[in-house]
Amino acid sequence: MNRSVNDLRSLADQRRGFIGSIAAVEAQTSRDGALAGGELERRLLEMGFVEGARVEILHEGFIARDPICVRLDDMRVALRRADARGVLVRVDSAP
Amino acid sequence: MTAVELAPAKARPLAPAPLAPLRVALVGNPNSGKTALFNALTGSRQKVANYAGVTVERKEGRVVAPDGRPISLIDLPGTYSLRARSPDEKITRDAVLGLIEGEPAPDVVVCVADATNLRLVLRLALELKAVGRPAILALNMIDIAQRQGLEIDVERLSRELGMPIVATVATRRRGIEALVGAMQARADGAASDRQPGGWREPSAGDIRDLHRQAERLLKASVSLPKRPDTWTGRLDDVLLHPVAGIVILLAVLFLMFQAVFTGAKPIMDLITAGFDAAGVVVRHLLPPGILQSLICDGIIAGVGSVLVFLPQIVILFLFIILLEDVGYMARAAFLLDKIMGGAGLHGRAFIPLLSSFACAIPGIMATRVIDNRRDRLTTILVAPLMTCSARIPVYTLIIAAFIPRRAVWGVLSLQGLVFFGLYATGLVGALAVAWAVRTIFWRGASEPFLMELPAYKAPDPLNVLRNVGQRAQIFLRRAGTIILSMMILIWFLSTVPGKPAGAPGPAIDYSFAGMIGHAIEPILAPIGFSWQMSVALIPGMAAREVAVGALGTVYAVSGGEGSAGILGASLAHQWSLASALAFLAWYVFAPQCASTLGVVKRETNSWLWPTVMFVYMTALAYAAAFIVFHTAAAMGAG
Repeated sequence: MNRSVNDLRSLADQRRGFIGSIAAVEAQTSRDGALAGGELERRLLEMGFVEGARVEILHEGFIARDPICVRLDDMRVALRRADARGVLVRVDSAP
Repeated sequence: MTAVELAPAKARPLAPAPLAPLRVALVGNPNSGKTALFNALTGSRQKVANYAGVTVERKEGRVVAPDGRPISLIDLPGTYSLRARSPDEKITRDAVLGLIEGEPAPDVVVCVADATNLRLVLRLALELKAVGRPAILALNMIDIAQRQGLEIDVERLSRELGMPIVATVATRRRGIEALVGAMQARADGAASDRQPGGWREPSAGDIRDLHRQAERLLKASVSLPKRPDTWTGRLDDVLLHPVAGIVILLAVLFLMFQAVFTGAKPIMDLITAGFDAAGVVVRHLLPPGILQSLICDGIIAGVGSVLVFLPQIVILFLFIILLEDVGYMARAAFLLDKIMGGAGLHGRAFIPLLSSFACAIPGIMATRVIDNRRDRLTTILVAPLMTCSARIPVYTLIIAAFIPRRAVWGVLSLQGLVFFGLYATGLVGALAVAWAVRTIFWRGASEPFLMELPAYKAPDPLNVLRNVGQRAQIFLRRAGTIILSMMILIWFLSTVPGKPAGAPGPAIDYSFAGMIGHAIEPILAPIGFSWQMSVALIPGMAAREVAVGALGTVYAVSGGEGSAGILGASLAHQWSLASALAFLAWYVFAPQCASTLGVVKRETNSWLWPTVMFVYMTALAYAAAFIVFHTAAAMGAG
C-alpha cells in the first residue's frame, strides 16, 4: 500500500477550524440506510464534494456540534456529520 | 427552408404561424436569482398554477420577442442536476426533456447562473447541453461579481461551453432585452443545434467527469475575486454562533409572531366587520328562509371566516420570503436542524411548522420546501398540531370563562400561563408524533441534510412583494374552491332539516349536525362532553373558531358583537371546570378543520393522508380530553 491510510480521515470527525482537501468520496450508506450508498455519494458530488475540493469547517451546530457548516471551495454548505461520513479528507500540508 | 413542402395538404393559411409562441424554460440552481429574473422578464404577466397530478407549482409568464412573437416562459423549480430527487426536480427534468404530457419540450432552455458562484451551475449547464436543447447561460447578479472584482471571460466561456451567454442583473432589470433577443436568436438558430434529446441518469463517475469539465471551464475563463465577499463570513460568525445565533434566531421568530398576531389584528377586525355588515345587508334584502341562511350563514360567514386569515398569511409570507431572499432561511434551518432532526424532521420543516402557527393551510402549502416525500408527509401530518390562530378564539373564550384572572408569582397571569401551556402542548405533541412516525412507521428513512448557504444579499422589495402577492392569491383561490365547498357542506349539515314550527330548543338541534352530535354524544360522554358540546363540534369543523359561534347557537345566546362575554358566563354556569379543560385539550389535538383536511388531500393527491390525519388526531384528542377530564374530576373539578 503506497498511500498511508492514516492520512485520510472522515470529514465527519473533524472539528471547527479544520482546513484540508477532499481525498475521496465514498459510497457509504447513510447512518440509517435510507439512501443507498451510491445515492448519497452522488448527492455529495453534486453539491461540490469532489476529490480535490478544499474544505474548511467554519461553524458547528450548538447541540453535539452537529450539523456543520463548511467552506467548500468558494461555496458555503451545511450538512450533518452523519452524511459527511463518506467524505474522506486530508489535512493540508504546509504550502 | 422546407416550410412549403412541409405545409399540410389542407393548406391552412400561413398567417397564424408566426404567432406560435416560443417556449422557453428557466432552469438554475437554488439561490441563483432565477425567480427574480423570471419576474424581471415577465413583470405581472404571469400566472401560477399546478402541474396536473402533482403539487408542484407551475409558473408561466409572457414576454414579447423583438420580432413580435410571443414567448411563453416557464420558471422551473431550482435544481443542481437533472437527476430528479424530489417531485419539484422531477418536473424540472421532465419539462426540459419534454416528458410532461401536453407540454412540448421547450424551444430554448435558459440556464440561470449566479455569476459569483459558477462552479455547480456550470456542471448543470453541461448536463443541459448534453440533452441537446438549444441553451443560453444567463450570468445573473453580474453587478455583484463586478463589485467583487471577479473577471469572467464571457467570450471564452461561451465558446468553450458552446452556448451564448448574456449577463443580467434581474433586480435592476439589466440585460433583460439582450436575454429576450438571445432567446429569439437561439430559437431561430441552425437546426443542427437541435440534436436529438439524449439523457440518462448520470452515475457517480459521470458527475465527477462533468465536475472536472466545469472546473476546467472555470479555471480557464473566470478569475478569483479581487475583493471577495467578506460580509457573509462576518455575518455568519454572529448568526451561526452557537449562542448569539440562537438568541438572534429566537428574536427573529418572536418578532415574526408579534407581527403576525398583533400587526394583523386591525385588518382582521376590519374584514370581520365587513363580512358582518354584508351579512346584515343581505339579511335585510332577502326574506328569511333557506336562501337567506345559505348566503348569510353559509357563504358570507364561511368565506369571511377564512378570508379573515389573509392578513396573517400575508404578514407571515412577507417574513418567510424576506428571510429567504436575504439568505437567512438556510441559516435558520442549520441552527434548528438538530432539534428538528431529534424529532425525525428535516431542518427545513421548521418553515412549514412555523407557518402553521398562523394557519395550517399555508403551513401545509409550505412543506414544498422539503424534498423527500416521507419527510414532507411527516411534516404535513403534524402541521395541524401547531396552535393555529383559529384556536385562539376558542381558547380565549374558555380560558376567560373558567380560569381565574390571577397572578402567579406576582408577575405572570394564570390565564396567560394556561394559554402558553396549550401552545406548548401542541408543539410538544407535534414533535412527539413526528418522532413516533419516524421511529415506528418509517424507520430510518431520513433525507440527508445537505444545503448550500447562499451569500447574504439585500432583498429586492419588488420581488418580495410580488411573491407575497402570489401566496395571497393562491390562498384566496383555495378559499374560493375547496374551503368554500366545505363551508357550504357544513352549513347544510347544520341547517337542514329546519326546525319544525313551535318546536322547543335551538334549530341546530333538529339538523343533521344535531343528529350527528346526539349520535356521538355517548361516545364523547366519557371525556366530559355534554350533548351541546358534541353538537357544536360539527359546525366547528368548518373552522376551529366557528365553534365559538356554534356554542352560542346551541346555548341559544344571540349572536353578534359583544356576545362572547355573555356566552362565557353562560358556559361557566353550565360546564364543569373538568369539562372545560377537557374541551381545551380536545381542541389542542382534534382535526376540527375541514379546510386543512381538504388541503392535505390536494397536497398529497390522495384521500389516504387526510384520513390518516383525521383518525390519529381524533384519537389523540380523545385520549388527551379523557385524561384531562378524569384527572381534573379526581382533583375535585368535576
